[in-house]
Amino acid sequence: MFYRECGVLKETYAKDMAIFPIPLDRWGLGVMLVLAFVVIPFTASDYWLSSIMLPFYCFSLAALGLNFLTGYAGQVSIGHAAFMAVGAYSSLILYGRYGVPLPLSIFGGGIFASAAGTIFGIPSLRIKGFYLAVSTLAAQFIIEWVLTHWQWVSGGVFGTIDAPDMYIFGWIIDTPVKKYYLVLCVLTLLTVFGKNLVRGQLGRNWTAIRDMDVAAEIIGVSLFRNKLIAFAVSSFYAGVAGSLITFTYYLAANIEEFNLFLSFHLLGMIIIGGMGTVLGSFFGAGFMTLLPIFINQTLLTIMERVPSDIRANSEAIVFGGLIVFFLIVEPYGMARLWQTIKEKMRLWPFPY
Amino acid sequence: MGRKLIFGFFAIVLAVSFVFISGQAMAAEKKKAGPTQFFGILIYRTGPFAAGGSGIGSGWEDFMELRNMQGGVNGIKYSWEECETAYNTARGVECYERLKDKMVLVHPLSTGITYALIPRGTKEHKVVVSSGYGRADASDGCVFPWVFTTPTNYWSQNSAKIKFIGKQMGGMDKLKGLKIANLYIDIPYGQETKPMLDALGKKFGFTVRHFPVPWPGIDQKAQWLDIVRRYKADWVINRNWGVSCTVPLKEAARLGFPGNRILGVWWCGSEEDVLPAGPAAKGYYTANWHGVGRNFPLIQEIIDKVYGKMKGHISFTRVGTVYWNRGVYTAVINEEAMRTAHKKFGVKVLTGDEMRWGMENLNITAERIKEIGLEGFMAPIKTSCENHEGGKTVLFQQWDGNKWVKVDEIAPMTDFVWKRIKASAAKYAKEKGITPRDCSKVD
Amino acid sequence: MTFFFEVLISGLLVGVMYSLVAMGFALIYKASGVFNFAQGDMSLLAGLALVGFLTVMPLWLALLCTFAVMTILAYGTVFIIFRPLVARPPLILFMAAIGLSFLIQGIGQAIWGTDAKGLNIGIPEISFEISGIYLNTFDLTFGGVATALVAGLVWFFQKTRTGRALRAVADDHEAALSVGIPLLRAWAVTWVIAGIVATVAGVAWGSRLGVQFSLSLIALKALPVLILGGIDSILGAILAGLLIGASENLAEVFIGPYVGGGIQTFFPYLVALIVLWFKPYGMFGKEIIERV
Repeated sequence: MFYRECGVLKETYAKDMAIFPIPLDRWGLGVMLVLAFVVIPFTASDYWLSSIMLPFYCFSLAALGLNFLTGYAGQVSIGHAAFMAVGAYSSLILYGRYGVPLPLSIFGGGIFASAAGTIFGIPSLRIKGFYLAVSTLAAQFIIEWVLTHWQWVSGGVFGTIDAPDMYIFGWIIDTPVKKYYLVLCVLTLLTVFGKNLVRGQLGRNWTAIRDMDVAAEIIGVSLFRNKLIAFAVSSFYAGVAGSLITFTYYLAANIEEFNLFLSFHLLGMIIIGGMGTVLGSFFGAGFMTLLPIFINQTLLTIMERVPSDIRANSEAIVFGGLIVFFLIVEPYGMARLWQTIKEKMRLWPFPY
Repeated sequence: MGRKLIFGFFAIVLAVSFVFISGQAMAAEKKKAGPTQFFGILIYRTGPFAAGGSGIGSGWEDFMELRNMQGGVNGIKYSWEECETAYNTARGVECYERLKDKMVLVHPLSTGITYALIPRGTKEHKVVVSSGYGRADASDGCVFPWVFTTPTNYWSQNSAKIKFIGKQMGGMDKLKGLKIANLYIDIPYGQETKPMLDALGKKFGFTVRHFPVPWPGIDQKAQWLDIVRRYKADWVINRNWGVSCTVPLKEAARLGFPGNRILGVWWCGSEEDVLPAGPAAKGYYTANWHGVGRNFPLIQEIIDKVYGKMKGHISFTRVGTVYWNRGVYTAVINEEAMRTAHKKFGVKVLTGDEMRWGMENLNITAERIKEIGLEGFMAPIKTSCENHEGGKTVLFQQWDGNKWVKVDEIAPMTDFVWKRIKASAAKYAKEKGITPRDCSKVD
Repeated sequence: MTFFFEVLISGLLVGVMYSLVAMGFALIYKASGVFNFAQGDMSLLAGLALVGFLTVMPLWLALLCTFAVMTILAYGTVFIIFRPLVARPPLILFMAAIGLSFLIQGIGQAIWGTDAKGLNIGIPEISFEISGIYLNTFDLTFGGVATALVAGLVWFFQKTRTGRALRAVADDHEAALSVGIPLLRAWAVTWVIAGIVATVAGVAWGSRLGVQFSLSLIALKALPVLILGGIDSILGAILAGLLIGASENLAEVFIGPYVGGGIQTFFPYLVALIVLWFKPYGMFGKEIIERV
């Protein structure tokens, strides 16, 4: 009854093109922002902030990036963890060794990742579908190899770079709350940017390519340019996410964190969350990163008497079961579920 | 059907979250029985390295179970909680954050998690013990006050390995002209010892060539052909982890390379690593830092009291295996640190700082080891403010086809190694802007 | 020169092992369009089951029981997981396969335990030397087994009624349905066959690696083989397996030392990428012609 287009009179073009034409959506978003910026940092415990929210936000960002590439432009990549690694290593080097200011280092990491992504996106001009997906694994393995073998990168015998303390203009970022705000600000900024990107010309080009690239080319969408831009933008997001999670959570860039399984996890996030939606990236990241923790804690309490190795294995069973269950219930992801709820709300309480 | 399923799903989500919340509340209530020293156990019972995680975690728990039956350490009982990391750093950090308010000492049990916990432990005053893994230079207590590599680290181990090879060949002078192949898994953990071995090679005049095995290392045919047929190595150092420890044994046997010319890292020296290789593993040497088997009074006690009452944490067949024994060792170190701290600060539940003092002033003498009931199981340990390594011996064991047999005890080249540890730690301190503490001023 | 041939031959023999895994992928992809990421986990399950049964019964019975387990798995998978997902986009089926892999890992290891177990079914492992080249009876046996398996599959698909029905399903679901071939049952049969292939691969790899979680990682080895040969081609899987086995071993031995080694993991992908640049659907994959 309250959630509807009816009665929303669009008087200007600007209003017609607004991101959220329906007032309730705008309010909802406002509430979410207040929640994220004000309520959570002041009420949540350090445990929640530093080990639930931080990784959740960082992986959401990475998933968002992958969603541009896979969900919008239709190019499947299972090498995204490697781009995160490029971002992580290069931002740590920029910040730690060359003293570039922190925000610039973080985005600089993104830019290096974006360059790497563009190079590994070149095969997409010829290859499609699963063939492309498996080819992007080349990126995963080559980047891992380069980062471990290039001595200069890690700068020592341990093959890892420790994250230095973070300062922004002389102001130290050390507590979970400060780190939370740093990550949240970057995330908000890039989400707004990304949302507008996919609403604009570029996003439409990508969608056209996803739906049918031959047709898109015929109507004048340059495949070469748009596919590579998709790879660049997407790996930029991955790189920023990688550098954020290393600075705030892992505290050391170690190639083992950015392994193949993370790539699969990222892909899982966008499929479960909903491909081709910004919101879905957040849902999916929540599902893939937080669910195992919740399953773990739940099983810990309800299966206390069960031998612990069986309990550990039940985690995998429950997780796998939920993935399958979810795909059966809603193959197009959690974002579609949300869409369905919204459709229902338009008619509520008089659905006939 | 669709709608029903959706509702079904929401019902499940609700149920799960309800259970989760109520479980949390219940767990909070339950923990109120008497003062206990809490240990959070970052374990991995699943995933590619499950053998290591489950063995160590269970040995540790079995030991604590025994002590609790006997009334605890000076009357303070243990309590603990497992947290499954699946060898994943993100999960491991989450586990640490979840349990950190209750615990004062953590064994990360993974290289990645160690790196993530070093800055955290230092800031939040939690002792991080990486026994035989993690950064070797963390043995320098001046730069890493909160990190312990007790009893020994990879660099010491490798210097001991070279001494062992020398001894097997009949004297250190025989090392000259020897060809050693360093077969390592191509991740930071594996690469760590490359410079060390190069330096040792220069010192003793042997050649060393490095053969990386790409993760996950299930296929090493190319490396082995190269090692055996082209490089014609005399000795192979097997520095792998998990399944990649097993593969070399079979490949070597296949090419006729003798098993007793392969020398493994201590993470490649468990029953789980050699059993799948079958007879191919016979003669294979590995390093270790504790005894093997069940023939120790303390372990017999655990078998009688804990497993006799069906309170064990792992299947009985694995009691006395390398990883399980390593768990007991871990627990003993913790307990000795607690006892040391009790002497200074009084018998109570220890805080992080007190526990750290205990770890730093460990002095487990041979008499004490006998008293614990572990004679021949471990070498004496003495830590200090500067020396967070403490052990002076690396054990070597050989697989005789059915079980591990201890064959040698070798002291690492302490001066050689410590010069490097100091240099590397100083570099770390400079990068991180840490002023190393002056150990002459610490009591 | 002998050394070159030695590396080449051992590479080819490893390649056979890759093909065994890749064939399972190709079978299922061709029949049902599922990129079955759980193929490695099926091998793991087969290995775990076999080791478990071997402790209480003779080999032939244990093998039979293992096949029974794989059959149950195949039917369960098709009727519980993939029936509701008929006609969904391929990426979603792929994700379901990833979910399935978690399920199989969890269930298999919950039943049979997580510790590494040795698997020895009595295939002799004797090395011998022919003109300076080391060979091993075990590798040769599995070369033979793989050849027999391929021959058997070819015969099955060409000559038997069920096999022809499966090919019809693979070519065109709707047409197959309209001539009365039960689609789901055909899929289930394909999964059973893939399960048998997985068992053979599980035995081959399990005797080398031991039966433990890492056995499921053999799926990774099959991926470059698949795209090189064509995801839906069994012949492609065989040839590409040989090609990749040989090339990655030669590369590691002869190029590796100059660049620091460890190039074995990505070299196959480079080979595959070069081939794909000219033939985007692999060497033998079915080309999809797009029309507007």
